[in-house]
Amino acid sequence: MAFIIEFESVRFRYPESDHDSLCDISIGFEPGSFNAILGHNGSGKSTLAKQMNGILLPTEGRVLVSGMDTANEDHLLEIRQTVGMVFQNPDNQIVSNVVEEDVAFAPENLGIPSEEIRERVDNALKQVGMYEYRMHAPHLLSGGQKQRVAIAGVLAMQPKVIVLDEPTAMLDPVGRQEVISTIHRLCREKNITVILITHHMDECIDADRLVVMSNGKIVLDGKPIEVFRNVERMEQEGLDVPETMRVLFDLNLAGEELPPDVLQMKCCAEYIAASLRKREQEAWQK
Amino acid sequence: MAEITVRNLLHTYSVGTPFEKTAIRDIDLKIGQGENIFLLGHTGSGKSTFVQHLNALLQPTAGEVLVDGEDINRSKISRRDIKHRIGLVFQYPEYQLFEETVQADIAFGPRNMKLPETEVQERVLEAAGFTGIGEELLSRSPLELSGGQKRRIAIAGVIAMHPEVLILDEPTAGLDPSGSRQIMENIRSYREKTGATIIVVSHDMDSAAEYGDRLIVFERGSVSMDGSPEEVFSHPRELTSIGLNVPKAAALASALRDSGLRLNGPIYTHEQLLSAIRCAGGEPAC
Amino acid sequence: MLKDVTLGQYFPGDTVVHRLDPRTKLILVVLYIIALFNTRGWVSNGLILVLTLVCMRVANIRLKNIFKGLKPMLFIIVLTALLNLFYTRGTPIREGWIITWEGMDRAVKMILRITLLITGTFLLTYTTSPMALTDGLEHLLNPLKKLKVPVHALTLMMSMALRFIPTLIEETDKIMSAQRARGADFETGNLIQRAKALLPILVPLFVSAFRRADELAVAMESRCYHGGEGRTRMNELHYTGIDYIALLLGAALTAGIIVMKHFGV
Repeated sequence: MAFIIEFESVRFRYPESDHDSLCDISIGFEPGSFNAILGHNGSGKSTLAKQMNGILLPTEGRVLVSGMDTANEDHLLEIRQTVGMVFQNPDNQIVSNVVEEDVAFAPENLGIPSEEIRERVDNALKQVGMYEYRMHAPHLLSGGQKQRVAIAGVLAMQPKVIVLDEPTAMLDPVGRQEVISTIHRLCREKNITVILITHHMDECIDADRLVVMSNGKIVLDGKPIEVFRNVERMEQEGLDVPETMRVLFDLNLAGEELPPDVLQMKCCAEYIAASLRKREQEAWQK
Repeated sequence: MAEITVRNLLHTYSVGTPFEKTAIRDIDLKIGQGENIFLLGHTGSGKSTFVQHLNALLQPTAGEVLVDGEDINRSKISRRDIKHRIGLVFQYPEYQLFEETVQADIAFGPRNMKLPETEVQERVLEAAGFTGIGEELLSRSPLELSGGQKRRIAIAGVIAMHPEVLILDEPTAGLDPSGSRQIMENIRSYREKTGATIIVVSHDMDSAAEYGDRLIVFERGSVSMDGSPEEVFSHPRELTSIGLNVPKAAALASALRDSGLRLNGPIYTHEQLLSAIRCAGGEPAC
Repeated sequence: MLKDVTLGQYFPGDTVVHRLDPRTKLILVVLYIIALFNTRGWVSNGLILVLTLVCMRVANIRLKNIFKGLKPMLFIIVLTALLNLFYTRGTPIREGWIITWEGMDRAVKMILRITLLITGTFLLTYTTSPMALTDGLEHLLNPLKKLKVPVHALTLMMSMALRFIPTLIEETDKIMSAQRARGADFETGNLIQRAKALLPILVPLFVSAFRRADELAVAMESRCYHGGEGRTRMNELHYTGIDYIALLLGAALTAGIIVMKHFGV
């Protein structure tokens, strides 16, 4: 299948900086997949995100969105319409004092007729469960609600991809849960490709693919279980692994053939219980 | 030595306006010198309002706050002086940095206390030491440093006032795991070396389990639980019903018990979980 | 607390006043101000007072909210009233007093006039979302585009400013508390000391405002913002019957007040 976003040997350096923020990144994202990008602060993961809709352009190499080069000015609007972007601070991406007017901002910029904007806005707000709040003032909403409004604002462009740059960093656990379950649902039901940038490893467990970044490079890439089983490597990168994997590792079980859902509490517990029973039996037989 | 007594505390915001809202009510607490406390609760539970009463930033609508038996709101002077004894680090404290150098910013608090300049400088160095800020950073502008460094500088600015009670509102919000750990270790070393009382406001149950000795849970403006981690985490259902989690280790332990493993004792940290599983697996150390 | 300031806020609602086209409301406010400055006698003043109260009632705005918005202006209102009270010549209220009947008359009218002026503009901002307001303004100022005035950019700046007022007020509150916790003192000292004490608030506030502006610009670009060219609106502006009626009434009232001025009532 063709990649929806593709990086071809991308190198990037901020002007006035003395080092590369991205070095030789080559990676492609499959349409409809849920991707998590994990990395410590300053690992280059936000810089990577900003390459995906042409906010930043590669110093070397190129980024293709649905086959369009982000460096080509003529495609800029189409690229930004294809790849919606949600940022960390909800307050700094909401442009209006009324929720529905904020959601209408992008389609208005795209010159869409009024009746269709109205339809898109209502749909987008319903999809994130904020329709009842359409007349509210955003600054009086909770953090999780504000982020859902921001997601609706992006959905109104009818994008193929949503990139979220640490959308939960400023939220409490309830808000975090609201946002994460919303984007999982959008990926599943609307077939939207999700690229979630985060440093909360728990948010990566259910992803199709997990990419770990460090010092501007991709250091690990694979299914979450395959990535997280490199416990020592993750620690070197200043990152944690989920408690399930940590326990398996400390019990010397991480090296063995693991069931695919072992990062889930329930599956992990059953696996540990079964392994202990097996060990006990083996000890008896001896 | 500061012993805090809170009696029948009530606080209502915007009294007599359409925005009137009671944030906290009926709070009776005693906090002894040297205690190590985590204040837990989800957003809007009143915990941030509560801590702002402890150094007289907010005045009670009713009730009183006593430090060593004396009402901290008895005069304008007492309200000022209590801020020297009870330090409060706000959420995202890096947004309060304003001086041209790190050194000057840390010195702001001690200078406001009208200390002699030599002592101010001594305290700056000492506070920088507590928070792991190297001397080479002291002459730099705080604005050019990384997020984690800024956060630690802001904390150092309060530590330099030598508070007998150090209160921190979500000190690790938005930081990556290694940055968070570093800050929690800094706070621990301040407590161990000075015997200060520490109050951390948080909704991170894992760090409460790891670093706290006494947990106070707020719900809808009142204290709903108050006790050791062991006592509080033995009520998982109550915690989830008010929008909080249990620590990951506790959740995994209960999943393990569900799958038939017999685990002994209270389990809420990773270490406890490991040793309980090892015992259940029949290892000789038990 | 700063948070309580309701200046420039919008209270969503679904009344006739809310539904009026923002252009209509802007024109009406201009007419209202013209009328207000042409009042002379008690009849015309009373007429405008009654009209304002009726509009508030219709728009479902409570007196309480208006009073709260008036609070920051209280000083100016009282000062103007006092000046008028003491510096108007005429017949003293009692032999030997400075205060004259004419002074009383003018002071009360002055209070009324300023209060009504503010109330009128509040009615506009309370019932019109900033987006609609700037939209209306942009339409009304459209002819200026021919003179190369960047109308779209100016109105966008205005709506962003309105959008961020509550956010920045909240932020100021937080920074003040944080610096107070570090022993900062904003209340005592002479003027210079007090001005200096503001630095720990202003520097972080500006730093944060710039950071916000930066992030906002990126967020807007990401949502395909590329200037006013080719933009459409979810709520297109069009005048309806009510707008024409309101405009006619407004014009008639203003004309009436000006006529009354000549008769001194």
